[in-house]
Amino acid sequence: MSNFSNGVSDALIITKRQILQLTRVPELLIFSTIQPVMFVLLFRYVFGGSIATDQPGGYVQLLMPGIFVQTVAFTLAGTAVGLSSDMQKGLIDRFRSLPIARSAVVFGRTLGDAALNIVVLLVMGIAGYLVGWRPSSGIFMITLGFLFLFVFGYAMSWIGVLIGLSVKEERVAQNVTFIAVFPLTFLSNAFAPTTGMPKYLQYFAEWNPVSTMVAGCRQLFGLKNEFGATAGSFPSEHPLEMSLIYMVLLMAVFIPLSIRKYNNTSK
Amino acid sequence: MKAVIAENLINTYDNGRVRALNGLSLDVEEGTVLGVLGPNGAGKTTTVRVLATLLKPDSGFAQVAGIDVAKEPDEVRKVIGLSGQYAAVDETLTGWDNLIMFGRLYHLSSKQAAVRATELLEQFSLTDRAKSPIRTYSGGMRRRLDLAASLIVKPKVLFLDEPTTGLDPRGRQDMWGVIDELVKGGVTLLLTTQYLEEADHLADEIAVIDHGKVIARGTSDSLKREVGGEKLEIVVENADMAATREIVAKVSASAVAVDEGMRRISAPVTTGSKALIEAARLLDDLGIHPLDIGLKRPSLDDVFLSLTGHVAEEEKESEPVDARAKRKRGKQSE
Ligand SMILES: Nc1ncnc2c1ncn2[C@@H]1O[C@H](COP(=O)(O)OP(=O)(O)OP(=O)(O)O)[C@@H](O)[C@H]1O
Ligand SMILES: [Mg+2]
Repeated sequence: MSNFSNGVSDALIITKRQILQLTRVPELLIFSTIQPVMFVLLFRYVFGGSIATDQPGGYVQLLMPGIFVQTVAFTLAGTAVGLSSDMQKGLIDRFRSLPIARSAVVFGRTLGDAALNIVVLLVMGIAGYLVGWRPSSGIFMITLGFLFLFVFGYAMSWIGVLIGLSVKEERVAQNVTFIAVFPLTFLSNAFAPTTGMPKYLQYFAEWNPVSTMVAGCRQLFGLKNEFGATAGSFPSEHPLEMSLIYMVLLMAVFIPLSIRKYNNTSK
Repeated sequence: MKAVIAENLINTYDNGRVRALNGLSLDVEEGTVLGVLGPNGAGKTTTVRVLATLLKPDSGFAQVAGIDVAKEPDEVRKVIGLSGQYAAVDETLTGWDNLIMFGRLYHLSSKQAAVRATELLEQFSLTDRAKSPIRTYSGGMRRRLDLAASLIVKPKVLFLDEPTTGLDPRGRQDMWGVIDELVKGGVTLLLTTQYLEEADHLADEIAVIDHGKVIARGTSDSLKREVGGEKLEIVVENADMAATREIVAKVSASAVAVDEGMRRISAPVTTGSKALIEAARLLDDLGIHPLDIGLKRPSLDDVFLSLTGHVAEEEKESEPVDARAKRKRGKQSE
């Protein structure tokens, strides 16, 4: 028991370090929020006009959940880059030479990235509101929607842990995460209906966790899921359940793999 | 009692292609300092990483403070301090932030951590830079902070991997002073270095390693005796070589070495500056003006030359080229 509580407090010290970094270098925080806000504005005003929808409130209602999901999916980039930079600088070796729980550093890192996501989601929500996003489902459902986004970001972050510990260089980590996440966010229902895609891509898009998350969030924010592809399939009928399954799966696979990798990084 | 024991450590990288440790054995008596001396690529860092629980060797046995490194790494971590070859601290944070974070990770209370951080910053003359980010520190300050971080909870055994590499002479002196203080405090220390002079100054005993093996052990005096102590070296014009050679032979009891290309004549001497003055006087008598004249302390190269018959070299000449290139790459990405 005391081992466990020590482990938790070790992890929180690592988390605190990341938060401290944000206060020491505020640019980190500013630029992590500017990018998603920029996406909100670009999609809203550049593509918004050309994507037709009969959704009450217009495209921006469908767009915001998409951008939310894309942003939290990219949490894994921050995690991967942060960890590989710690590896390169020898910090991970130093942590590994300390008498702390073997999982504290990776748990601490993912919690820190999750903490940053709270701020990012908040800022994006406000930005969305300013450009006309008006979720209609009531405060409870909206909160639940954000909770879903938060947990999804956390689950994705564990993929980032594995990437960060596996590649030898920060820049490689950056590239690998982009290659992993961009197709996921674009081969989805996040920004446009999937019905325009070739049939086989539609299947992919339908089962894509980004799509199920986006569809789920649209539900929770009180929209009908108009950008869903072929009706009748399990993921498009039950996006929330499917998203939950994905999150549990991601964590069940990547948490043990990451911890193992952390303990063997030198071999 | 032995505070560190390593027996027959073997470790390979790149699926066996690089043999970094090749049957390395050493031990350190409690309360003493062992200097591990070796050229680039000899296996110093690998040795330290094995002993500090960061790397599981392919085979062999290691024990630190009576604890089996392979079986109880967590227990070992409680009693060691490690300062690696490159300062490993969070560069965006301040020196203070770093020491508090590591203090907390050693399970000190916030108050204890703050007290300890204050002490350490004072001890390492970093108090006035405590609140600046590490990225604004000089190399020497970084190394000192890195060392401070490894001393938060007074370790029983301390590992320092090349603590002065990359420091200027002043920084090196400072670091030596700091290490001297630590040793007076009774810590057992294993430090690696490429400089015989440094091992000489800091270590009670020296282990010379090459290609992953200890090739000689002893006190610095006994090693130096083997190497031949100080050398008198004189560089002159071609025309004066023969005469100078005779003069050097006169002041030295040992064989004289002549390097025709460098026009350098040298020989071991036992009387230090006296021999130098004598030689200078004799040269002056003949009207010879040396281009360079001086006493040379034995270097790592000299140790290697006398121990192995070749100078310290990073790569084995017999190795295939691609294996060498690969090893280099591995090193850079480390
Ligand atoms: N991660 C790695 N992957 C592959 N080869 C490695 C790795 N680390 C070290 N080596 C190789 O193992 C050998 C021993 O390396 P090590 O770093 O222990 O030497 P060292 O004595 O510390 O050298 P230096 O003085 O340059 O720090 C070298 O040939 C090196 O190239
Ligand atoms: Mg080294």
